[in-house]
Amino acid sequence: MCLAVPGRIESLEERDGTTMSVVNFGGVRKEVCLEYIPGARVGEYVVVHVGFAIQRLDEESARSTLAEFEHLGVLEEEFGDGFARAARAAGIEPKETES
Amino acid sequence: MKYLDEFSDPELAGKLLDQIRALATRRWAIMEVCGGQTHSIIRHGIDQLLPEQIEMIHGPGCPVCVTPLEIIDKALEIAAKPDVIFCSFGDMLRVPGSSSDLFRIKSAGGDVRVVYSPLDALTIAKENPDRQVVFFGIGFETTAPANAMTVYQANRLGIKNFSLLVSHVLVPPAMAAIMDSPECRVQAFLAAGHVCSVMGTSEYPILAEKYRVPIVVTGFEPLDLLEGIRKTVLQLESGRHEVENAYARAVTAQGNTAAKAMLEDVFAVSDRTWRGIGSIPDSGWQLAPKYAYFDAEERFSVTDIHTDESSVCRSGEVLQGLIKPHECSAFGKECTPRNPLGATMVSSEGACAAYYLYRRLELQEAGHAG
Amino acid sequence: MPAEETAVVDLSAWVCPLPLRDSPNIVMGHGGGGAMSAELIEHLFLPSFGSAADAELGDSAVFDIGGVRLAFSTDSYVVKPMVFPGGTIGDLAVNGTVNDLAMAGAQPLVMSTAFILEEGTALTDIAGIAKALGRAAHVAGVRLVTGDTKVVDAGHGDGVFINTAGIGIVADGVDINPTRAQVGDVVIVSGDIGVHGVAVMSCREGLEFGTEVCSDCASLNGVVADMIATGVDIHVLRDPTRGGVAATLNEIAQASNIGVALVERDLPIPADVRDACGLLGLDPLYVANEGKLIAFVPREDSDRILEAMRGNPLSAGAAVIGECVAEHRGMVVARTALGGNRVVDLPAGEQLPRIC
Repeated sequence: MCLAVPGRIESLEERDGTTMSVVNFGGVRKEVCLEYIPGARVGEYVVVHVGFAIQRLDEESARSTLAEFEHLGVLEEEFGDGFARAARAAGIEPKETES
Repeated sequence: MKYLDEFSDPELAGKLLDQIRALATRRWAIMEVCGGQTHSIIRHGIDQLLPEQIEMIHGPGCPVCVTPLEIIDKALEIAAKPDVIFCSFGDMLRVPGSSSDLFRIKSAGGDVRVVYSPLDALTIAKENPDRQVVFFGIGFETTAPANAMTVYQANRLGIKNFSLLVSHVLVPPAMAAIMDSPECRVQAFLAAGHVCSVMGTSEYPILAEKYRVPIVVTGFEPLDLLEGIRKTVLQLESGRHEVENAYARAVTAQGNTAAKAMLEDVFAVSDRTWRGIGSIPDSGWQLAPKYAYFDAEERFSVTDIHTDESSVCRSGEVLQGLIKPHECSAFGKECTPRNPLGATMVSSEGACAAYYLYRRLELQEAGHAG
Repeated sequence: MPAEETAVVDLSAWVCPLPLRDSPNIVMGHGGGGAMSAELIEHLFLPSFGSAADAELGDSAVFDIGGVRLAFSTDSYVVKPMVFPGGTIGDLAVNGTVNDLAMAGAQPLVMSTAFILEEGTALTDIAGIAKALGRAAHVAGVRLVTGDTKVVDAGHGDGVFINTAGIGIVADGVDINPTRAQVGDVVIVSGDIGVHGVAVMSCREGLEFGTEVCSDCASLNGVVADMIATGVDIHVLRDPTRGGVAATLNEIAQASNIGVALVERDLPIPADVRDACGLLGLDPLYVANEGKLIAFVPREDSDRILEAMRGNPLSAGAAVIGECVAEHRGMVVARTALGGNRVVDLPAGEQLPRIC
C-alpha cells in the first residue's frame, strides 16, 4: 500500500456508462478509470492506483512545496542558527543551543 | 515522471536532513504506517541518513502481510478449482498459506493470473462466460475504491460469473490498536499518504488527541518522507500533537467524496483478523449485504480450513513495531525471501523483506543476519 | 552418487532451502534466471548428471580441440508474446546464443536451430519468425548449418519454442570468464538498461501499457571484437538477460568472490523505462536486457575500453557503473542517489508487478 503515480489525462471516453481515459505517465500510457474524478478534463494531472484515478494532483501545491524545499536553509546560511530559525518558523521561542 | 522525479532530488534531500538534524534534541520514535513508506525509506537509505536520535518504527501498513491466513487458504482452495480463473495482484502470489501458495497452485494446473487492475479481472470474466472469475480483493482504503467499482460494475452490467474475495483492512483502527498495546513505544505517526488521498484526514484528530501523538500525512518519495519526518520532529520538539498534511499535492482534508460514497454503498465495516496481530474490531470491510451475490466466500463454500502458522515466525511483533526484523532468530537463516516463514518476508513492502534485501550488509557486519 | 534406479530426488539432502521445500513441481520462478534457476541447476541437474557433467556454470563452455579453443553454447526461447516491439522470438534465438558465445570472447561461426511447434500455429507466423531469425544470423555473421522440427499437440505448447546451439572460436590470449573479476576492476555497462523487459511487458496480457520502448535485442559479437582488438585483458563479460543487471552482477560477485559497489546515479536508465517501472513497481536493475553487456576490466584500461565501445553504435552509451571491492565479497551493494546504501540482491524468481 500503495503504489500510486501521477499522470496527465490525454483523452476521455464513455465506455459501458463508465468514464475511462488514457493517462500519460511521462511517456508510458495506460488506461485509467476516471469515475472517482467527476468533471475530470484532458490536461489535468491525477494520482493513479491499480488503474483508477484516486485523487487529483494539485500542480500548484506540488510546485510550491518544491519551492519551499529550495528555500529551506537559505536564510540561515546568513543568520547562522538552523534550529533557531526552524523554531521561529514553528512559532516558538528558540532555546539557547547547548554546547 | 513529472511530479514524481522532482521529489527525489538529492540536494533538496540534503537540506531536509540538515533541518531534521538541527531540530532533533532528543530521541524520538516515529512509526511510518504504510509499507510503501517502509520500502522507500530503506531502499533509499533514509534510515541510515537520519540523525541517530530519530528511530523509524515500521508499521503494519502492508496489506499483503496482514491478510489473514484463513483468507489466503480460502484463496488457494478457490484457485485450485478447475472451472475458476483466479485473478490477483502480483504481490499475493508468493505469500505462504498454511501449506501452499498461489504460485504452487498455478504450477499444479490452476488458472492463476496476475492483473494490474481489478477491472482487468472483470474483462476476463466477460471474455470467459463459462468460467468463474474470482478477484482477490486485498488492500487498504487506497485499493478499496477500485475493488468497489468493479463489483458495482459487475452488478450493473449483470456479469454473473464474477466474484470478489474480500480482505480489506482499515488504517485508523490499526493505529489505535498499536497505541493501546502496553509495549508500544510509538510517539508519532507518519500517516499513509494514499490512504488519505481517498479518505481525507477527518479520522485522525481523534487519535492525535486521545493518544497525544503528532500525525503527519506523508507521501512516498524521499523528499515527501523527509518533509513528513521534519514536520513530525518539529511537533515533537515543541510538544504539539496535531494532524498535519505534508502531502498536500495529493491529499485534501475531505478526501475523495465520490470514492467514499461508493465505499459506503459497496462495503460494510466488520471485525478483521490481522495476520500476526489478531482480531481488531471494526477494522475491515466486507461486501455489503446487497452485494452478497458477488462475495466469493459465499459463492464458493470453502470449508475445512485449518490454518497452520509457523511457530517460529514473529511477523506480528514486527508488524506492531515491537521488534526489528533482525531481532527475530529466524531472520536471514530459516526465513529469507526465497523461503519465507511469514508474510513480512514475502511482500516487497514487508519490513523483514526490506531489511533482508537492502540492509543485509550492515546486519551481517553486526553479526545479525545469516 | 544416486543409484541408477533412483528417480526420486532426495529432498532432505538438499542444502539450500527452496521455497516450500516439499514442492514436487516446477514453478515459473525456476525459469526466471535468478536464485531459483541457479538452485535447480546446482541441486537437481548437476547431481543427476553425475560424473558426466562439468562443474562450470558459464553462459558458454570453452574447451580445447587439437590446439584450437572452441566455445559452445545453447539456449531455448519460450518468449511470449512471440512478436514484441523491436523484435521477435526469432531475433532472440540467434542473438541470445551469439551473445553467449561472445561473452566467452568467441567469434560465433555456426548455429543449429531446433523448433518445437504447437499444432495449429499459422504457417505465416512461423515464416515471419524464421525470416527474422535468418536476418539476425546474417547480421551476426553466423551460418545456420543444422536443425530440427517437432510438432506438439494443440494446447501443449505455447506457439513456438526455439532452441539454438552455437559454436565459436576463441582467439589465443583471450581469457574471459566469470571467475576473473578482481578487486579494483571497474564495471562497465554497454548502454541503457531495462529496455527489453519493458518492451515485452508492455504487450503482456493484463499489463498492457502504451509505450514507444522497443527491445534492444542485438548481437554483440561486433562490440566484443572491438573490445578484444584493443588488446586490453578483459576479465569478465556477461549479457544481463533474465534477472537483469542485478542477477548478472551477483553471479559474478559470487563466482569471483569479490564485492561489487554500484553507484545508482551512474546507471543509464532511460526515462521511459524508469516511468514504466515506476508504474508497475519494478526495479530496472532486475529487468531483462537483450542487447547489452557488462564488462569487468582493469581500472587502468577503462578509458581505452570505453573509447572502443563508444565507437560502435550498439555500445555508444557505454558507461562505468561501479567497481570491484574487497568488502562484502559475493554481494552487490549500491550507493543510493541520496547517499545511503542498499544491497542489490539476487532476484528470487520472476519479478512481478506490485500494488504496494
